[in-house]
Amino acid sequence: MAEISEVRRELALDCFLLAGKVMMESGAETYRVEDTMIRMAVSQNMMDSHCFVTPAGIMFSPSNDLPTRFVRIHGRRTDLERVARVNAVSRRLVAGQLTLQQAYDEMTEIEKNHYLFPLWLQVLAAAVASACFLILMGGGWADIPFAFLIGGIGFYIVEMVLVKTRVKFFAEFIGAVAIGTLAVLVVYSGFGNDPDTIIIGSVMPLVPGLLITNAVRDMMAGHFVSGLSMGAEAFLTAFAIGAGIAIVLSF
Amino acid sequence: MNWPLEAFLSFLAAGAFGIIFNIPRKTLVSCGLVGMSGWLFYRSYYLMFDDPIQATFIGAFIVAIVAHILAKIFKMPMIIFSVAGIIPLVPGSRAYNAMRNIVENDYAEAVDFAVQALMISGAIAMGLVFAEVLMQLYFKYQARRTQKKMGFTQE
Repeated sequence: MAEISEVRRELALDCFLLAGKVMMESGAETYRVEDTMIRMAVSQNMMDSHCFVTPAGIMFSPSNDLPTRFVRIHGRRTDLERVARVNAVSRRLVAGQLTLQQAYDEMTEIEKNHYLFPLWLQVLAAAVASACFLILMGGGWADIPFAFLIGGIGFYIVEMVLVKTRVKFFAEFIGAVAIGTLAVLVVYSGFGNDPDTIIIGSVMPLVPGLLITNAVRDMMAGHFVSGLSMGAEAFLTAFAIGAGIAIVLSF
Repeated sequence: MNWPLEAFLSFLAAGAFGIIFNIPRKTLVSCGLVGMSGWLFYRSYYLMFDDPIQATFIGAFIVAIVAHILAKIFKMPMIIFSVAGIIPLVPGSRAYNAMRNIVENDYAEAVDFAVQALMISGAIAMGLVFAEVLMQLYFKYQARRTQKKMGFTQE
């Protein structure tokens, strides 16, 4: 391994860990984070580096005789735009189009910003998706406005409870209860026709799709720790939604 | 089945899910296309052979293949394209029916639906796995071929 000065090495380590942290917080797969960090390390002449990523923290050891660094990952929030941006920066660093300092500056820039769509647009998207799924799942056209409204309201409630309580399962449970109640009320009052398809369509935006894909891909890559924990999270989310709906239906 | 309508709705739904997952703006349309192709393959297989599990496998497989190709074109991580496409295949209605039957104390029916939902989830996972393995083999083959080609040109 070619010796690199200590200042530069620390900068490189900061840069890798920052990249890993941002990717992990934004919903990338574990094995992709490891792959990205190792590629960046190799491009900086750290040939025998090791990296271990879990959904809760990242360990990175530059070589056998240097100290290992660790970062903790706190909240995770799906923001795939950030994943794409970090990925682009790391590609350019590996290709030699960026210096280490430039790459680090861009990473800090990405870390500070959120590229989330505004909340109203997300709620609108959830509403549109609910209405589409209502038809795709075999619902009637007359129920479209209800699925649209209830899907949007359910998604909004989940986001709000999530901001207030920071407990994901609780937020999804409350959202599912709200969706179920509203759907049953709409049908009970004579406006809607079929509560089943309205509920199925409106619940769709809460489905943990990212968790399922990530869990499968991590398991395939041999990352059982993160694969299993993401799978458990997906299962618990599905269970929270199901329990919420079940409570409403049991009355 | 009304093909253009289902194509349009699944396109719209996948695009909307792209917004919820906050994928980069310029990939929204291609993300919708991934969702549309997955759903259309799922539906046509389902209508032809009437087996939701195999149909879901085909749908997930197509979603993952198209997502891999788009990821190569855009030079972006593959999950950006596949997440939204997977959602329409999720066995929402079966899981719901299982839940409803549990509440109504009809456990035999509930187990039936739950097992179906479980099998379909497994089919989604297997579809992703098969596509991934196939694409990796193909990329390896292609890389070896380009290496050979470069060897020839250097001589």
